[in-house]
Amino acid sequence: MKNFLKGLWKEHPVFRQLLGLCPTLAVTTTAKNGLYMGMAVIFVLVFSCLIVSLIKKIVPNQVRIAVYTVIIATFVTIVDIFFKAYIPEMSKELGPYIPLIIVNCIILGRCEAFASKNSVGKSLIDALGMSLGFTWGLFLLASIRELLGNGTILGITLLPSGYNPLIVMILPAGAFLVLGFLVALMNKIEQAK
Amino acid sequence: MTELILIFISTLLINNLVLSYFLGICPFLGVSGKIESAFGMGMAVTFVMTLATSISWLIYHLILVKFNLLFLQLVIFILVIASLVQMVEMFIRKFSSSLYQSLGIYLPLITTNCAILGAAIFMVARKYTFVEGVVFGFSGGLGFSLVLLVMAGIREELDYADIPKVFKGTPITLITAGLLALIFMGFSGLFSNL
Repeated sequence: MKNFLKGLWKEHPVFRQLLGLCPTLAVTTTAKNGLYMGMAVIFVLVFSCLIVSLIKKIVPNQVRIAVYTVIIATFVTIVDIFFKAYIPEMSKELGPYIPLIIVNCIILGRCEAFASKNSVGKSLIDALGMSLGFTWGLFLLASIRELLGNGTILGITLLPSGYNPLIVMILPAGAFLVLGFLVALMNKIEQAK
Repeated sequence: MTELILIFISTLLINNLVLSYFLGICPFLGVSGKIESAFGMGMAVTFVMTLATSISWLIYHLILVKFNLLFLQLVIFILVIASLVQMVEMFIRKFSSSLYQSLGIYLPLITTNCAILGAAIFMVARKYTFVEGVVFGFSGGLGFSLVLLVMAGIREELDYADIPKVFKGTPITLITAGLLALIFMGFSGLFSNL
C-alpha cells in the first residue's frame, strides 16, 4: 500500500522528482492529450517493470541498462503501432512524443531504482502508483492549460463566452509557466504540513 | 544551399528543440546551474547529436527501409545512440585527456537525453536528405547549447536574487524557462514564409 501511495503524492514523479518532463510539457495542450499520454505511460511502465523484475536475476550487471532500454523500446513500439492502428488521430496529435516515451526518465528510473531490486508484486504496485501519479499530474497540468488557453476542459466549454483566452497557455511558454507555479504550490502544501 | 541555411537558422532559433519541442529538459534543468558545466554539456550534446543523426540516417535508409524493418526503428535508434555515446567516450578518453576531462562526465548522461532520440525521429519524420539531416543535427545541438548557456547565465544571477521561499530552485527555473520561450517566439518573425 505504501509503495502504491508514494507515487501518487510523496514521491510524485512530475512535481517532486521532476522526471519525464519532456512529455509532461509537450503534450499537455489539451486534457485529452494528457490522459492518452498518461495511459500510454501506464502500459509501458507496468509491463517494463514486470519484465525487468522477472529477469532481474539472469541479467548481468554490466549490460543491465542496455537490456532495460531494449525492453522499454519494445513496449513503446507496441504502443506506437497500437495508436497508429486504432486511434490514428491521437497518434498524429501526440506525434514523436509516443516514441520518446523510451527516453522518459520515469520508466528507466523505476526499472533501475525499484523493479531491479524488488519482488514482482511490489514492482507492479510501485509501477502502477508511479504511472497513475504521472497521469494525474499530466491531467491537472493539461486541464489548467486548456481551461486558461481555450476556455474548455476535455472539449467541454466551461468559461463564459465573454472569456478572452490566454493563447500563451497553449504555447510552449505556458507549459513552463504553469508547471513552475504548480511545483511552487506543491512546495507550499508540503511546507504547511 | 538556401534550404540548408533555412534549416540551420530555424532549428537554432525558431524551432529550438528545448524551448519549442521540450526535448532535453532534464539536462536543461539539471546542468544549467553553472556556465562552465553548461558549456561542456552543450558541446558534448552537439557532437553526439551530429554523429547520431548522420548514423541513424544511414541505418534508416540503407538498412531499415531496404529490408522493410521499419517496426524496429525505435529499438535500433536507441541502440545506435547508446553505443555511439559509449564509443565516443572511449575514443575521447584514449586520444585527448584534456577533452575527456571537460566532456567526460557529461557523456553518460547523454544516452537518456531525449533531444538526441528526438532529433533522430524528427529527421526521419521530416524526410530530410543526408546533408539536411546532418545540418539539422548540428544546429539542433548548437541550439541546445545556446539555450543552456543563456539559462546558466541567468541562473548564476538568480542566486543573488531575493526569491520567495516556495519558488526557490525548480519553480523559478521553470518560470524563467517560460519567459525565455516567450522571447524565442519573437524569432518566428524572422522568416515570414516559414
